[in-house]
Amino acid sequence: MIEERSLISKFYNGFNVILIIAITLLCILPVWYTLVVSLSDRAAVAAGNVFLFPKGFTFSSYETIISDSQFLRSFLISVQRVIYGTIITFIVVLLMAYPLSKTSKEFKHRNIIMWLLIFCMLFNGGIVPWFMTMKSLGLINSIWGLVLGGGLPVFNVILVMNFFRNLPKEMEESALIDGAGPWRILFGIFLPLSTPVIATILVFTIVGHWNEFFQALMIMTKNENYPLQSYIRQVTVTLDPSKVDAETAKRLTSLSNQTLNAAKIFISMLPLLVIYPFFQKYFVKGITLGSVKG
Amino acid sequence: MQNRSAYKHYYLMLLPGLLWLCFFNLLPMYGIVMAFKDFNPGLGIFRSDWIGFEHFKYMFELDDSKQVFKNTIIIAVMKMIGNLIVPMLFALMLNEVKNRLFTRSVQTIVYLPHFLSWVIIAGILLDIFSYTGPVNQLLQTWFGKDPILFFANAELFPWLVVISDVWKEFGFGAIIYFAALTSINPEMYEAAAIDGASQWKRLTSITLPSILPVAILLGTLSLGNILNAGFDQIFNLYNPSVYSTGDIIDTWVYRAGLIDMQYGLATAVGLLKSVVGLILISISYTLAYRFANYRIF
Repeated sequence: MIEERSLISKFYNGFNVILIIAITLLCILPVWYTLVVSLSDRAAVAAGNVFLFPKGFTFSSYETIISDSQFLRSFLISVQRVIYGTIITFIVVLLMAYPLSKTSKEFKHRNIIMWLLIFCMLFNGGIVPWFMTMKSLGLINSIWGLVLGGGLPVFNVILVMNFFRNLPKEMEESALIDGAGPWRILFGIFLPLSTPVIATILVFTIVGHWNEFFQALMIMTKNENYPLQSYIRQVTVTLDPSKVDAETAKRLTSLSNQTLNAAKIFISMLPLLVIYPFFQKYFVKGITLGSVKG
Repeated sequence: MQNRSAYKHYYLMLLPGLLWLCFFNLLPMYGIVMAFKDFNPGLGIFRSDWIGFEHFKYMFELDDSKQVFKNTIIIAVMKMIGNLIVPMLFALMLNEVKNRLFTRSVQTIVYLPHFLSWVIIAGILLDIFSYTGPVNQLLQTWFGKDPILFFANAELFPWLVVISDVWKEFGFGAIIYFAALTSINPEMYEAAAIDGASQWKRLTSITLPSILPVAILLGTLSLGNILNAGFDQIFNLYNPSVYSTGDIIDTWVYRAGLIDMQYGLATAVGLLKSVVGLILISISYTLAYRFANYRIF
């Protein structure tokens, strides 16, 4: 690369780096603050004395959580939901993407099905009809309502389909000459070549299911069936500041268990903090895969 | 090229997905008829009386709904602008730094907020901006200001929503610009340097023109989101004292339909939003196809 030696350029580059560092810190700071609060003494947090480092360092919040059966139950429901949802999405998307990757000459009905999928991706009946459907399908209080309720992940089908379409045609043709059927071509040739796009849809699915909270609020009538995010919402986001004057606000803050909530929030983001750097190189590719340039 | 015998295999492969689509995408669309019926839970959707466009007429008479449409568009447009400009600026800034380890680390960190749910981020934000939280503490010690209940202030609320959304998404949104920037041929920069072009000159005559098409394409595609102000975010951050500026179509439909049980009215408003949204997205995709040759399939 070309080096620029002028003073202005040096000043500009230094300023640029400092600004980038500041912005980056701004992204990590809220997470850091949550960790700090979760490790601090309750009274110090309530008095507003905790900023960048824990005051009265203690693990007591985490000890309380270990014996909190509702937290653990919700955590396990979320894990279960992610596992079921990811396996089902993987199988369904993979199977659908193959026939749809054919041209309309090779598979005549391909375009009709494609338009149906696009329509369903862009249009929906809204939440009231959705809720009625879940009710009539008997999925109230069922984990399958959470696993399947989001509907077919059309966008993921399109991602994988576009990836298949960009694979070299010759491989499939020579396999056909050898007498391989569609199933062998999909699982023997296409699947092993598709790691980047499969990893991309897996990370989108895992994150999506882990973070989803609203469907459970609607279809779960008992709190004990809540996945983790819905549970966290229930314990953290329920304060109503409109009814709160300055004095009550202070009292409420000291009553609500901020350190415990911070520990719950931190544990709930931990799985994502751990896995997403490993997927980074894939989803960066996956995002640019989202479109075909004709 | 392939014979018909492959068709049965193709349909077998499509079957699980099409079943999923039927039960969880298509079946709920039947419920749309509630928008045109006087829904009575005792009678069910099928036997309730048709009332035509009564719900829609009522909706346009409500002061609520005008405010809610206005709030939605204001917040959505501000988000569109922020989410178009900030990721591009950030990508351009980071592109000037040549240390690979530094840029990789920065990227890993700025992608992070995108992966956190709004439940979690709302929990953290409400804590940080609370009455005794760090922001109010700092304002007090540095500027001697009285504490503010940020998220109960109707004037501040839309700004907080837009800023926190841009904060959450700018890193992830920058990915596509990073890709566009790395695809610029380095020989162009070398040639420009030999011709004596300054760093600024190289930015304005090589880098910017190269990523402008990407920015225009993303801007066009985002037009379809003009009625999506972000349900997950606002649902977790808002409260009755900010309804006047922060209540959006989706949150209003949720309260009208599932809390107040006005099923027909809520379905009608939701349907109007869906139809307008579908039209806008179709227009933006068509524009993107015509002018940038962009296709999703």
